[in-house]
Amino acid sequence: MTVAVRVIPCLDVDAGRVVKGINFTSLRDAGDPVELAAIYDAEGADELTFLDITASSGGRETTYDVVRRTAEQVFIPLTVGGGVRSEDDIDRLLRAGADKVSLNTAAIARPDLLAEAARRFGSQCVVLSVDARRFTGVSAAGAAPPPSGFEVTTHGGRRGTGIDAVGWARRGAELGAGEILLNSMDADGTKAGFDLELIRAVRRAVTVPVIASGGAGEVAHFAPAVDAGADAVLAASVFHFGTLRIGEVKDALRAAGRPVR
Amino acid sequence: MRAGQPAVVVLDYGSGNLRSAMRALARVGADVTVTADPDAALDADGLVVPGVGAFAACMAGLRAVGGDKLIAQRLAAGHPVLGICVGMQVLFASGVEHGLLTEGCGLLPGTVEQLEAGVLPHMGWNTVSPPAGTSLFAGIGPDERFYFVHSYALRYAHAGLLRDSGALITWTTHGEPFAAAVEDGALAATQFHPEKSGDAGAALLSNWLERIR
Repeated sequence: MTVAVRVIPCLDVDAGRVVKGINFTSLRDAGDPVELAAIYDAEGADELTFLDITASSGGRETTYDVVRRTAEQVFIPLTVGGGVRSEDDIDRLLRAGADKVSLNTAAIARPDLLAEAARRFGSQCVVLSVDARRFTGVSAAGAAPPPSGFEVTTHGGRRGTGIDAVGWARRGAELGAGEILLNSMDADGTKAGFDLELIRAVRRAVTVPVIASGGAGEVAHFAPAVDAGADAVLAASVFHFGTLRIGEVKDALRAAGRPVR
Repeated sequence: MRAGQPAVVVLDYGSGNLRSAMRALARVGADVTVTADPDAALDADGLVVPGVGAFAACMAGLRAVGGDKLIAQRLAAGHPVLGICVGMQVLFASGVEHGLLTEGCGLLPGTVEQLEAGVLPHMGWNTVSPPAGTSLFAGIGPDERFYFVHSYALRYAHAGLLRDSGALITWTTHGEPFAAAVEDGALAATQFHPEKSGDAGAALLSNWLERIR
C-alpha cells in the first residue's frame, strides 16, 4: 500500500484548442482537448493537466467550457493552470469541474493569494507552479544570485525575477500550496531528461508532493526523476506527438521497481 | 426519476466537486440531484455527502444547511448515506486541524487527525485492504487503486473505538495505516474520491447503488 507515482500528461490549450510549443514559443495546433483527455484517460493517465495559454479574455471563456466538458467525460483528477489571477478565477475553474488549480505569475506578484486560496478552497486544490531556470548571471536588475542557483522565471522562462526558485517553492508550501509543479525551463523542450538537481533541491525544501516537469524524452528519463524525489512526472509534447505512450512510461517505472497504477 | 434508477441526492452545502460526483454517479446508473433541500435529501434512496478542504469549514457548511441532522435522521431510519473525503471525516466524533478541535457529526467514534508521513497531502492512487464481508469493494481486485487527496484521516493508532464498534473498516497506508473506508449498516464512507478513481471508483459506486436499491 504505497501511493503510486503519477504519470500526468499536460495539454496546452489556446482558445479551446490543444497546442504545444517547443520551449513555449513555436506553437503547433493539434486538436480537441476533450477528446485527447479521454484518450489519455483510456491509456492510463493518473491525472490530467490543462495549461491555458489563451491570451485574450474572450478566448478564456472557452477554457471553462473545455474544463466542463472534460470533467463530464473523464473520471480522473484534472488540474487547470495558466492565467489564473484571483480567487474568483479559481472558484470558476473549480465549479467548472477542475479538481486543482495551479498558480504561477499571480502568486509571484502577490504571494498571499496562495494563502487566501488555500483558506477558501483547501490546500489540496492549490498547486504552485514554479518555472525555474539555472541562474546565468543575467537576472532582474541588481538582483543577487539566488542561493540555490535556480531562479524563478516568468513569460515562459524568458524573464528572470531574481527570486530563488527553491526558496519560493518552500515559501509557497508554507503559505498553503498543497503541491509544487516544478518546471525546469532549461530542460523544457530538450528531451534530454529531467533536471534532477533541481528536483532534489526542491524535494529537500518541501514536504508537499512535487510534480517534475520539463525534459522528458524517453521512457528511461522518468525513474531517475522519481529517485530524485518527484511524486509525479508530467510531460506534454512526448505524449502529445506520440513519441511516448503513457503505458510505456508506466512499464518502465514498474520495471525500475516504482509503484504505478 | 426514471424507472429502476435509484434516486441519489448529492448534498450541496458549498463543499466538494459536486459536478464530478454527480457525473460519476449518473455514469453508473443513478438518477442524481444536487441540492441542499432537506425533503429531497431525506426522501432519496441514497444521500452522498461530498467534502473537500478544512474539517471545520465543512462542518460549519454542513450545519448551516442542517446536513448533520439530515444525515443522522437518515441513518436512524436505516437509509443509506455515503460520505466522501472530508464528507467521511465529518461523520466522526471530532477532527483536529492546526491544533483546533472541531466537533463532528458523531456518527462514528474517533477523532480525525493529521497523518504522520514524509509527504503530505497523501495525493495520488493507492491500494486498499478491505475486510471480509465488504459490499463496497465486492468484486474489486486487490491491485486496484483509488485516488486520495488528504492530510487528515482516522489513524489506525487511534482507531480503537471504531474497531470495537463492529464497523467494517478498509485500511490503507501512507506513512502510517489509516481508515480508507468504513461500512456500518446504512453508513458508508470513503477517504478517497471514488468519483475521481476511474473504473475502480465506478465499480465501487455501482456496488453502493446496488445496496441502496
